[in-house]
Amino acid sequence: MSKVRVLVGTRKGAFILNSDEKRAKWDISGPHFAGWEIYHLKGSPADPNRIYASQSTGWFGQIIQRSDDGGRTWEQPGTEPGEPTKTPEGFPMGESNKFVYDASDETGNPLTTHQWYDGTQHPWEFKRVWYLEPSLTDPNTVYAGVEDAALFRTSDGGKTWHELPALREAKGHLWQPGAGGMCLHTILQDPTNPNRLYIAISAAGAFRTDDGGETWKPINQGLKSPYELPDADAEVGHCVHNLAIHPSRPDVVFMQKHWDVMRSDNAGDLWHEISGNLPTDFGFPIAVHAHEPETIYVVPIKSDSEHYPPEGKLRVYRSRTGGNEWEALTNGLPQSDCYVNVLRSAMAVDTLDSCGIYFGTTGGQVYLSPDSGDNWMPIVRDLPAVLSVEVQTLR
Amino acid sequence: MIRVVIPHHLRTLAQVGKEVELELAGPVTQRSILDALETKYPMLRGTIRDHTTKQRRAFIRFFACGQDLSHESPDAPLPDAVATGTEPFRIIGAMAGG
Repeated sequence: MSKVRVLVGTRKGAFILNSDEKRAKWDISGPHFAGWEIYHLKGSPADPNRIYASQSTGWFGQIIQRSDDGGRTWEQPGTEPGEPTKTPEGFPMGESNKFVYDASDETGNPLTTHQWYDGTQHPWEFKRVWYLEPSLTDPNTVYAGVEDAALFRTSDGGKTWHELPALREAKGHLWQPGAGGMCLHTILQDPTNPNRLYIAISAAGAFRTDDGGETWKPINQGLKSPYELPDADAEVGHCVHNLAIHPSRPDVVFMQKHWDVMRSDNAGDLWHEISGNLPTDFGFPIAVHAHEPETIYVVPIKSDSEHYPPEGKLRVYRSRTGGNEWEALTNGLPQSDCYVNVLRSAMAVDTLDSCGIYFGTTGGQVYLSPDSGDNWMPIVRDLPAVLSVEVQTLR
Repeated sequence: MIRVVIPHHLRTLAQVGKEVELELAGPVTQRSILDALETKYPMLRGTIRDHTTKQRRAFIRFFACGQDLSHESPDAPLPDAVATGTEPFRIIGAMAGG
């Protein structure tokens, strides 16, 4: 019998929710890393018991945790006590929580600057890991999206991390932090082309590499941000909130932008709007049904200045036509006095025959629909504010 | 023997109790204590001071003998009571309001 494991990152720790394929009875474990912010945790597609977690606080900074037993036990994959902490040449060893921008002559670029709030240039400063994307094929390889925006990769199971510095050449000097920080929050791998990655950065936009990270290009043509940018069609500067693809059609990319739900049919080269009849096209997450590439989900939020659902009604919207035509999914969701938010990484799907849709709220609820969105139920109601939700389907 | 008190979350990471003991050869300073602490507990590297610059993280404070030593030079000698192990060197997660 198949099982489902839901990985939930919250403001005060990680929680792991386990169920069989009926998804009716849940076992809750946690909090793991109690008291720490868990921006994201995600399992390896190549080894589902290998899970990586990003743990941070303002006090003690960034920690990377790794589990090899499905989240029961965790370790920091860095230097063991008693092992040398310096190389024979005297340099500090890399560590699992050491994210240093690559400014070396050999592999990187001089550490450039990005635009600051006052219009001056400001150096990159590492703050935290927002997103972890384990490789589709190698359990020891993981991409990390960080704030200030950059992409790192480990190929030794999280012991050491190295930047892919060419991304910052994609007009990085024009990137400017948004209200949530200048974060690289979304990483998508093309399952048909290991050299192609899509990433998204708040207030900078979407970017793509076709050569494994050697070069990058902004893919923001067709996005319009008349309320946020002096040039509504600028090449970079758009506040992309989330991207999603279906593995069977990786050239079709869906986007929830700050305002507007967008779609590209050519790998991001050109976007068009698919907001259609949504009550508001502001929102954070976007997800694709596991078995229907044209069925997509968003959670409309009233506005950028009011981060809660319109009319106090928590509604997921589903389009079965790849956008433009949307229906509200409300059965089992609160339809009055609900003022929670659903953050960008807090919606995911399982791959069971009857596709399950999951999302977490800033009010601490994790909701499940076991039937593609028709009916909803809470798995848990009172967790800390949910930052991320990932789902593993275990067969 | 140097005694070092570390905050709750770092005890969890290092899997130790409230206080750890370190052997130091040479001058007893903030830097020598933190170097020894990070050698014995590598999982704490980067959590108290920056990996590269070795600067104290903003919300970390260093107390000893009733004094806040956070702004002292990392190479300044610490009080004799710390050097002799009579008093602990305290690493504190600073108050952050709220």
